[in-house]
Amino acid sequence: MDSVDLSTKEGEFLVLLGPSGCGKTTLLRMIAGLERPTAGEILIGGRVVNELAPRARKIAMVFQSYALYPHMSVYKNIAFPLKAQGVPKATIPQKVEWAASLFGIEKLLQRKPRQLSGGERQRVALARAVVREPSVFLLDEPLSNLDAKLRATARDELQQFQRRIGITTLYVTHDQIEAMGLGDRIAVMQGGKVRQIGTPSEVYDEPADTFVAGFLGSPPMNVVEAPDALIGFRPEHFLPREAHESPAGLTALPFRITRVEYLGADRLIYGVLEGKFQGAKVIARLPSTVMAPVEVGRRYEFAVKEKDLKFFATATGLRTPPRPL
Amino acid sequence: MAVPGALKRLAAGGTHFGIVAAFTIFSAFPFYWMLITTFKRTSDLMNRTHNPFIYNEPPTLEHLRVLFAETLYARWLGNTLLVGLIVVAVTLVLALPAGYALARLTGRWGEQLGIGIFLTYLIPPTLLFIPMSRVIGDLGLQDSLWSLVVVYPSFTVPFCTWLLMGFFKAIPRDLEEAAMIDGHSRFGAFVKVVIPISVSGILTVVIFSFTLVMQEFVYALTFISTASQFTVSVGVPTFLVHGDVYFWGSLMAGCFIASVPIAILYNFFVDRFIAGFTVGAIK
Amino acid sequence: MATLEGDARAAAGARAGRLGFLLDRPEWLGPLMIGPAVLYIVLVVGLPFFLALYYSVSDITMGSRTLGFVGLKNFVSVVSTTKFQTSLKNTFVFAVVSQVLVMVFANVLALALLKDFRGKWLIRLLILLPWVAPISLGTIGWLWILDSIYSVINWTLQALGLISPDNWPMWLGIPHLAMGSVITVHVWRLLPLATVIILAGLTSIPQDIHDAAAVDGAGFWRHLFQVTLPLVRPIMLVAALFGLVFAFTDMIIIFVLTRGGPYDTTQVLASLAFFTGIQGGDLAEGAAVALFLFPLLLAVAVVFLRIARRTEVT
Repeated sequence: MDSVDLSTKEGEFLVLLGPSGCGKTTLLRMIAGLERPTAGEILIGGRVVNELAPRARKIAMVFQSYALYPHMSVYKNIAFPLKAQGVPKATIPQKVEWAASLFGIEKLLQRKPRQLSGGERQRVALARAVVREPSVFLLDEPLSNLDAKLRATARDELQQFQRRIGITTLYVTHDQIEAMGLGDRIAVMQGGKVRQIGTPSEVYDEPADTFVAGFLGSPPMNVVEAPDALIGFRPEHFLPREAHESPAGLTALPFRITRVEYLGADRLIYGVLEGKFQGAKVIARLPSTVMAPVEVGRRYEFAVKEKDLKFFATATGLRTPPRPL
Repeated sequence: MAVPGALKRLAAGGTHFGIVAAFTIFSAFPFYWMLITTFKRTSDLMNRTHNPFIYNEPPTLEHLRVLFAETLYARWLGNTLLVGLIVVAVTLVLALPAGYALARLTGRWGEQLGIGIFLTYLIPPTLLFIPMSRVIGDLGLQDSLWSLVVVYPSFTVPFCTWLLMGFFKAIPRDLEEAAMIDGHSRFGAFVKVVIPISVSGILTVVIFSFTLVMQEFVYALTFISTASQFTVSVGVPTFLVHGDVYFWGSLMAGCFIASVPIAILYNFFVDRFIAGFTVGAIK
Repeated sequence: MATLEGDARAAAGARAGRLGFLLDRPEWLGPLMIGPAVLYIVLVVGLPFFLALYYSVSDITMGSRTLGFVGLKNFVSVVSTTKFQTSLKNTFVFAVVSQVLVMVFANVLALALLKDFRGKWLIRLLILLPWVAPISLGTIGWLWILDSIYSVINWTLQALGLISPDNWPMWLGIPHLAMGSVITVHVWRLLPLATVIILAGLTSIPQDIHDAAAVDGAGFWRHLFQVTLPLVRPIMLVAALFGLVFAFTDMIIIFVLTRGGPYDTTQVLASLAFFTGIQGGDLAEGAAVALFLFPLLLAVAVVFLRIARRTEVT
């Protein structure tokens, strides 16, 4: 963790995205009070909370493992934070009912966690987090234990729910699809630092440095070395010349194809550039609507729009203003 | 081809059966012998021409009657139970928090301390009973069951702390952290979440401590000299033998009753004790 | 650091009072929770241990109220007695022979128990009995089995025609037989623990390794001596260490079976310490005898620590 400066807006859904070991979970745990920062301040609702225990921070957290108490029923799990915080006994049942109905788990209240499916567990964990009406909601990869199909619907539900109750939410993930789909803004982290913070389209279209450029997108942005800069362009912007609508403002990049992967909706074309960037390995992503024939071993005229070329400083990897090639 | 293979398998099976049978008989025979002797008439026992493996005369319950009616055996069982329960309670009070602290709170120095605590389990009564007898005398606990209550946790606490540390380490940290976020202190999370989900670990410790108390011999022999204050493991060998007269029937009955039930109970938990013994030697 | 300026609502007042501070911080709560156990161990194990050191250089007896410093006199006078020398020798014979037997038998038995067969749980229960039953009571069972007049072993040997009726051996009355009997009972008592420990080690070997050895063409013996046994060596060491500690320090079996007799031929340091210190009332000499066990235990502890450290690293 190293000099992170981050602030959220009220009711915002902020995603912390980064590869494993980048410090995103540590940051979340510091905010929760489970770990102590060596320096710096953490504010919640304008108040410094560094010296407060987790329970006094008015936060809720959903763990990757969900951390449901295995010896308690679903009802008791949801009621647990209320009891722990001394909520009047009489109001507990109605609050539990409310939280359960929010996630459609009213029928499961008497079950034990081990009798639930992965998706049901996740809802219980969310209900337990939301029942106490926290001022911040912390989620640590809550979808990573679900299978791929469930994950898509869970993502959708999660976002709807967050919009409805409008609680500031911090969401940690290493999955860029989750991050792009859920976040109002995304903080891309690496090596304990925040590399860029912005809306999904900002971080995708205007990456602040080569790390962000290379981390987002699948396959990631092509980065080739020019004598005095690094030049990046997305595979989906790297098309045969004739596939562009107009020939104006194009930068031509001759391309020799070494391999083609057919993915249904797209084709991934692997190859090396010729000419100015002789030998640089790059990837093109052709949507299935582009009918242009591509054959392995042959050379084609590919091109990128000038506005889609991003420039980075060779030494630091930081973004620099565009300039003519 | 098939015949030699089958023969070889048969021979291997026979060897396997032979090994298991031999060791089982070696281990269990004394207890089987206690059981046989319990119901044999003394006149049957004390006749060298009688086949000792069968009942040459009709079985009898006389030895059991003598054991319970004419000796302090029942009292000794009661003493053992009493001391056992108190020691178990003391052990839990000391070892539960200590095990948790070692598992979660103390980090590097806790690891060293944990090994140190475990090593005290290896210090045998034989090394300590001489000064201990003096200390017990100075405390005025000579001849009292309380002397055992004071001393017995010295061998239950170290091992149980070690066992519980292992249990607590296996509990996902997330659970305690969730409880802390949900409104409890670290200690509150320990009481409300960690202890309830460690029931099986606690039960293991209870059985283990109780067995150790039942087995203990040296301290009880050293501290106690009044027959009515003995525990069963010392009372039977010292007070059911009068000079050279052995009441073998009652003696064997007393041994059998105090040995086998606890062993059956212990058997359910044995894998956990072994996990404690082997520390990290297996992955 | 991070700033979360989302919510204008004032966070609920911290309920953490002054005590709550103690209950939250690991650096305070840790010592607080481990303190009572450590304090107890220091008082009830540590203190007597140092008293034992102190007594061994004093002239304390059971009845005396004062004690004077006598230096190494106790050790000198103890070491020079033949009783002590025999006991020291017996302790080693007893511990080493019984441990060697236990380790060999435990390996054989553990390998046999590795296979699944019907009624295994019952067999395991029966094999565990000697370990779980109070030692003193199990040993009384043996006292009856080895009885000088009514020994079932003698009856069986006679029925098989191996010995004559007038020539029944006195298992506990003749020096070598007595030592053999004591060792047998000790093996009987410690075999279960060593077996289950080694069994745990054997079960922890991944099946892949056995499969790989089979594919590589290892036969039964090669497989056993070059694959299986080397893999359980660390855990065998643990079993042997526990066995040694129990064997070196145990006096119960000897107390019940022979009381050190005949003529001290089965006397060991532990029983000698008891008879000198408690029954003889000479606490100082008893403590000195018992202390001879300490270097032995220290050596065991050092080996144990090295194992613990090595497993930490890997």
